[in-house]
Amino acid sequence: MTVIFDLEAVGYDYLNSSPALRDITFSIAAGKSIAILGANGSGKSTLLKLLDGLYFPVTGEIRAFGVLLTEAQFRNEAWAFGFRRRVGLLFQNPDVQLFLPTVRDEVAFAPLQLGLSRGEVSVRVESALTTLGIARLADRAPYNLSEGEKKKVAIASVLSLDPDVWLLDEPLASLDPRTGAWMMDFLFSLVEQGKTLVIATHNLAIARNVAHQACVLDETHRLIAHGQADVLLDNKALLLQANLIYNNGDHVLARQVSRALQDT
Amino acid sequence: MALCESCRRGFLSRRHDFVAKTLADLTEAMKRAIFAERYAREPGLLQAIDPRVKLVTFLVLLLLAAWTRRLDVLGGLYLLTLGLAIASRIPIDFFVKRVWLFIPIFAGMVALPAIFNVVTPGKPLFTVLTLVGAPCFLPAQIFVTEQGLYGALIFILRVATSVSIAVLLVLTTRWTRLLKALGVLRFPQIGILVLGMTYRYIFLFLHNMESIFLARRSRTVGRSNWQEKERWLAASIGSLLGKSYHMSNEVYLAMVSRGWNGRPVLSDHFTLCRRDWAWLGFVFILSVLIIWVGMR
Repeated sequence: MTVIFDLEAVGYDYLNSSPALRDITFSIAAGKSIAILGANGSGKSTLLKLLDGLYFPVTGEIRAFGVLLTEAQFRNEAWAFGFRRRVGLLFQNPDVQLFLPTVRDEVAFAPLQLGLSRGEVSVRVESALTTLGIARLADRAPYNLSEGEKKKVAIASVLSLDPDVWLLDEPLASLDPRTGAWMMDFLFSLVEQGKTLVIATHNLAIARNVAHQACVLDETHRLIAHGQADVLLDNKALLLQANLIYNNGDHVLARQVSRALQDT
Repeated sequence: MALCESCRRGFLSRRHDFVAKTLADLTEAMKRAIFAERYAREPGLLQAIDPRVKLVTFLVLLLLAAWTRRLDVLGGLYLLTLGLAIASRIPIDFFVKRVWLFIPIFAGMVALPAIFNVVTPGKPLFTVLTLVGAPCFLPAQIFVTEQGLYGALIFILRVATSVSIAVLLVLTTRWTRLLKALGVLRFPQIGILVLGMTYRYIFLFLHNMESIFLARRSRTVGRSNWQEKERWLAASIGSLLGKSYHMSNEVYLAMVSRGWNGRPVLSDHFTLCRRDWAWLGFVFILSVLIIWVGMR
């Protein structure tokens, strides 16, 4: 089985703040989908940025396609272009990802930057827009699209590269139910095409339905479990520890205590 | 739009909330100025012309307006802009008002002294003032000269024609296409990219600013004093700056993730059609004609 990413004792700190990730070790195989599960602030998004070579580990190391990811490695332009063609990152906030004045510009940005011919870019842009059913938005500006449309455009901007590896940061965040269902179908289609998916989420439904494997980060930014997705998702104690589910009894107790205090 | 009209009215209902009112009006004016693409979407004559062709030909027309010293030629060019506005489905009263609103204030003030013999000597037309015992550096009579009046008319009409040409270009071309068309003038691609991104994010930050206003309004009861308002304003500006900074970092990462290496390659899907060639031909013939008339 080909390993795409191999992480060894990876740690990352933001400047002047507490650690974002500590001692993360696991690997991601080609053609598999893996869910990075964790509560808000556990370091999921940071982990995706590390996998995409946007940040580099402070401790430990990450290998992608057998090559150590370092700043020096990304200065090798040919290699960096190859990596960017193979790995696409979908940001949680589409407003971050959609930085150009029109949808068409946005979808064409990555293939143009990565040196594809204008003819090829044009074909890819039309194909991505048609596949996602947003061809009618091509000349619209991203600022007056709905959240669901923005998300689709953000996906199209990655799809136009047709990467082997998709890194997805909270793909269902702020989507209405219909667009959410569409997104799930889209993720299924990527899995069926044999793409490698790394999905950072705290939505357990995605993990259960789409992921083959899962990693669980706790609130101290450590990896506390890694394995088959369905096995981990059945482990209630683990999910409670990671703040991925809550114990309803806790809230009932809290309400009772609150009422008792009011009575006194 | 983030702020509906009724919300806005409610938001501005406090007559004494000067800071909020100023900022809200500024936001609204910027939005109107930048995002009003109503006429650029109309199916008119100029809207159908390729933006690169339009940009170049309008520059030629601007140069001609600046070059000619003939009142009839300038008048003809101005009439042409009116005709183009009508053919491009721009309401003529709106267009004329937009052009002439500031011309009397700025161009008129500059041109006014030049009509008098004190500045432009020449053939007297009518006397404005007779000075008894005037100082030696002033003439005994101050009158409007024919040369002065002609010069002032030329100046005002030149400004009006130039502004009309520029307003026509902006009204009939969407900003995004206009920015891309700058490429034909060898405007650096990085500049076009930065302008495009600025255009895209201004809206987002205007939206954020409005949200901050509304959030404050929803939590404000009674009238706050100036100190409180100043404190709130400073905090809002700081907060917006922080958000902008954070977002700029994230946007940069999103660009790098999709292959950004500091050398922009922008998409360009313009194609010239028969109408563009016809327009080019028309402007070429017009230019030759104006130059010929001007050099006679």
